[in-house]
Amino acid sequence: MADMKTAAYICKGCGIGERVDTAQMAKIATKEGKMHLVREHDFLCSAAGVQLIRDDIDKEGVTHAVIAACSRRAKTEAFYFPSAAVARANIREGVIWARPDTAEARETTQEMADDYLRMGCGELKKMKLPGGNPDTGHAKRLLVVGGGVSGLTAALEASKTGYQVVLVEKSGSLGGWAATLHKRMPVREPYADPQDSGMNELIAAVKGDRNIKVHTNAVIAKTDGAPGRFKVDISVESGSSVTEEVGAIVQATGFTTYDIAKLPELGGGKSANVIDQATLERLAADGAAKGQPIRRPGDGGEVNTVVFVQCAGQRDESGKHLAYCSGFCCGASVKQAMYFKDANPAINTVVIYDDLRMPGNGEDFYRSAQRKGVIFTKGKVTSVEAQGQGCEVKFRDLILDEDATIAGADLVVLATGQVPNSGVNIDIPEEEVAKMEVKPVSILNLTYRQGKDLPQLTQGFTDSHFICFPYETRRTGIYSAGPVRRPMDVAQATEDAAGATLKAIQAMENAGLGRAAHPRSGDLSYPIVQLDGCTQCKRCTVECPFGAIDEDEKRYPVFNESRCRRCGTCMGACPVRVISFENYSCDTVGAQIKAVDVPDEFSEKPRILVLACENDAYPAIDMAGMQKNCYSAFVRVIPVRCLGSVNTIWITDALNAGYDGIMMLGCKHGDDYQCHFVKGSELASVRMSKVDDTLKQLSLEAERVISHEVAITDIARVPQLINDYAAKINEIGMSPLKGFA
Amino acid sequence: MGDLNTQMLDKYRNNFLREVEEKVDDGDWVKMCMQCGVCAGSCTFGPDWEHTPQKIFMMIRAGKREEVLTSHSMWLCTSCYNCMVRCPRKLPITHIMHGLASYAHRLGLAPKNQPTRDFSMIFWENCTKTGRVNELKMTISVYFREGFVSGIKKMWTLRNIGRGLFFAKRLNPLELFVSHGCKDKDGLRRALKKADEIEARRRGYAVQPRGYSS
Amino acid sequence: MAKREYAFYPGCSSQLRGSAANYLVSVESMCEKLDVKMTQIPDWNCCGASISYAGSSELARHVLSARNFALSDKHLPGQDIVATCAACWLGGRETIEKLDASSQLLADTNEALKEAGLQYKPGTEIRHMVEVLVEDLGYEELGKPVVKPLDGVKVAGYVGCQTNRPFGIAGESFENPMYLDKLIDTVGGESIAKYEEKVSCCGGSLAFCEPEKAEKQIKNIVESAYDHGADVICTPCPLCQANVEVYQSEINRKQGTKLNMPVVYYSQLLSVAYGGTLKEAGLDGHIIQPKKLQDIAVKVVKK
Repeated sequence: MADMKTAAYICKGCGIGERVDTAQMAKIATKEGKMHLVREHDFLCSAAGVQLIRDDIDKEGVTHAVIAACSRRAKTEAFYFPSAAVARANIREGVIWARPDTAEARETTQEMADDYLRMGCGELKKMKLPGGNPDTGHAKRLLVVGGGVSGLTAALEASKTGYQVVLVEKSGSLGGWAATLHKRMPVREPYADPQDSGMNELIAAVKGDRNIKVHTNAVIAKTDGAPGRFKVDISVESGSSVTEEVGAIVQATGFTTYDIAKLPELGGGKSANVIDQATLERLAADGAAKGQPIRRPGDGGEVNTVVFVQCAGQRDESGKHLAYCSGFCCGASVKQAMYFKDANPAINTVVIYDDLRMPGNGEDFYRSAQRKGVIFTKGKVTSVEAQGQGCEVKFRDLILDEDATIAGADLVVLATGQVPNSGVNIDIPEEEVAKMEVKPVSILNLTYRQGKDLPQLTQGFTDSHFICFPYETRRTGIYSAGPVRRPMDVAQATEDAAGATLKAIQAMENAGLGRAAHPRSGDLSYPIVQLDGCTQCKRCTVECPFGAIDEDEKRYPVFNESRCRRCGTCMGACPVRVISFENYSCDTVGAQIKAVDVPDEFSEKPRILVLACENDAYPAIDMAGMQKNCYSAFVRVIPVRCLGSVNTIWITDALNAGYDGIMMLGCKHGDDYQCHFVKGSELASVRMSKVDDTLKQLSLEAERVISHEVAITDIARVPQLINDYAAKINEIGMSPLKGFA
Repeated sequence: MGDLNTQMLDKYRNNFLREVEEKVDDGDWVKMCMQCGVCAGSCTFGPDWEHTPQKIFMMIRAGKREEVLTSHSMWLCTSCYNCMVRCPRKLPITHIMHGLASYAHRLGLAPKNQPTRDFSMIFWENCTKTGRVNELKMTISVYFREGFVSGIKKMWTLRNIGRGLFFAKRLNPLELFVSHGCKDKDGLRRALKKADEIEARRRGYAVQPRGYSS
Repeated sequence: MAKREYAFYPGCSSQLRGSAANYLVSVESMCEKLDVKMTQIPDWNCCGASISYAGSSELARHVLSARNFALSDKHLPGQDIVATCAACWLGGRETIEKLDASSQLLADTNEALKEAGLQYKPGTEIRHMVEVLVEDLGYEELGKPVVKPLDGVKVAGYVGCQTNRPFGIAGESFENPMYLDKLIDTVGGESIAKYEEKVSCCGGSLAFCEPEKAEKQIKNIVESAYDHGADVICTPCPLCQANVEVYQSEINRKQGTKLNMPVVYYSQLLSVAYGGTLKEAGLDGHIIQPKKLQDIAVKVVKK
């Protein structure tokens, strides 16, 4: 600490100078904040203002700077000083814009500004300049697991970007399901006819690519390490094992078709003439190879009527079959109906659907099929039974609202769905796995403490936020692509593979530089643990949403910093507070909490601590300020990396310091979570449910600590929540704990 | 006319959709319906239709020939064109409804005494007689189509309207004797007769007997 | 010479002693004030309307329209045809569209027309009178001849169906066309922006054969106008005008209502505003008297 030189910079621009007394703030920085250097400036983010700070760092030896100006989310480039630790006091969005410009509001507005500066000074003195994770790996090869259209595309995209690839395929040949297609849906204008799958060319391109090393008939025996330094043991055909070092992994393990035998009511497994779409592709390809039309599988007879049954064993509400829509199968049936119509328009083809889902240009393809005379009937098939050489299909016509029958269908094609090949579900307890008839087989065989494969979100699909951050899984440096991520068709899988590959490349590069990956991309801080205080409680190893923490033989946590996303959930979990980041710790936040000037209980000025997630809630509060949606002057907002990083000590400290209420604003959790760290907000809510005991011990009302799920768009709602809570606090009265700290 | 129906039944067997595509005006659009139901919800007399256009399209695909062609439904079309402009697939639904009604009539399957059909027939006969509509004669024909007594009754209930229109100079008994009309009504009727011949040739029907030859 | 010249296709209902005879009268006085010359197509025939589909065939209906086009082309070459009736205009446009799209249909039509010694040449334009007003003249020019603004007259602009769908006036929406409201405002009347029944169907020709169903529509159209405090309903279509005006007494008789809402044409509003007399504006042709308009028509204005 000897060489720490602190400085405070108070900006008067953007109206700050007119709204608050900056001279008074400067005095506070000197006297209370104990800053070595305090400067006011009319326009701090101007070239001159920035130069002033830079000169102080270079010439005056300033190591720590608090900038009291705009939000930490604004002017990040101007106020980027890589050689100094920087704290920001949010006087613009968080104070003057969030408060009415009136004479009566002036006093409380000034108090807010003063407090934010005190908090900034407090935080600053506990911060260190992050140095970057020293435990880096520099492997820049990409492992692609799966040799279907997703995997092949991923490999080729990586190679084109200049990266080496190791591709592992379980079967003896490349191409996966896509290679078994007779034809695929069109991808070009006029989207009218099925087209060649192009898989032969894709396979040839991969085989001919010197950047890509292909292992077929190969599985992964072990995956060890972290981004930038994964060591992967691959069992190859000969029975021997190869170890490859890679920087990141794309898992493109695709899907298995839903077993048609589970659909006996639709004739699945009971009649040879009831087949799934995959089988029809094979029949069509075989027929084409021989130059013959598609024949009845049962007896080789002529096909005159084909019925396609959509949503077979899908979108099932009974819990017996797949609950979801696989998305690709309407297009597949339309395409397959065309196999018949294109060969012979006299063949009667009927597609029985509930909702025909033809996204993108699929609509044009659908119209093309209608023009070709494919009949589309909105209905729900109730039974398919063998009848003579063919089948009888009974269904409820949902337009005419009556039962109907198609007799003499030569072929019935069931549009079954995609079941993801995602390996072991690590959330299923071992004792339940032991009871299973068919034991799940791991794909990655990760050596991670939390389990062998990627965590699953729902329905067996690997975790990923469909909208905000697709491809991301809960294992840093491992990205999923294609139908293992969500059900999809060839075109979507191709695009998916390119996206996942680029994310994987980013992750490798970041790992090599000791920086964090999404969403704190580029962050140089990393978790540091003081093992001498650790009680081996395992909370950090269990709760880390990213499986970054393993355990050693003595059951101490082993941090794999490159797997870490820097959310701080471990820090929030640690009961003995031995985990911290250089610039974010129990102390940096605790110092802010303690720095606030809490007026006595007769002042009628309560203090409310708001702990706001920096990803959604904090920007929402900032934007509320930008829109001049005013809120109570009694709140003091501290941004946190994730609610998961909130340590209960902060709550206890704040209550003891005489705060009257605490609001925690984090992201939505659950299956449709919006938490950037997937499980952070969920873990926080579990932990906070236990805060009630603390409150009871302190004889405080339960309402003194509340939490809300907030989205980044809640710009009008957040000020309302704050104001409602301020009114609530007013109702229950001031905290009795003031003045005891 | 029953003969034509038998002929068509033989020709198309169970493929009513194909029959509609080939024989009904704009019938080749029927297959393009995507069953959204906007037409049904947009129809002026929709609640009175036994089968909405959406259902009719589905029934055609389902081969319900008899049910469709003997239905009153499409005769309830007011030609408001609401369905047509709203159809996301741009089906000319109004025309298809007219086409189906017309085809049903041609086959002799349209319901007996269907009021719109009868009115349509009267209108056509009226307007092609001289080349222009004689509103008074047309009105009388409509009211008396179910016989003399019922005609008198209808005329009696509507007497005030008639009187009002007379005083407003928008109805005049003189029309019974002095009709408007084309000078070259013979040329017009020859052209219409020819049109019928061409139509019959194109569709493969016998020419409908009409009173065009004056 | 008149500023603008058109071939005029009045249609059957507009003829002398016809149900829309006053429409023709008002159009003529309106056009005179606007310096628009309309010459009737010699020997024009009925368009077949929308209702003739059972009695006729598609080809026969095209022959009817094409005969009018051929006559217009022969006697009034180069002039756009203007129809005042929605159904006449719609039927004509359909024929043009269909014959443009099918050379076979065009050949068949001409084969039939040959019997009358005529030939239809593609390229004809048929326009609705309203199109001439709003497109060729424009609202500004339409406002110039106003000498008696329709102050204090609240008008429900009832567009109905066939002037609006499926073709409509260019640039207008099917669900809420504004041209009629703009015309009303142009001549100093007060339009009703939120008139719900603006584009509802009056039942059309089915008022003849399915009167009960049509009366249900008409009742809504009139009641909605009352709800908005309208003094009069205004329409661009002769069948709408006739149905909505004429059947009110029937609805009153059957349902005990007291509907008495006058229904006029846009051309009557313009004619009155341009200083037309009762007779010139065709205001003597109503069963339900448009009192407010009549008062304005008889008022003497100082020049």
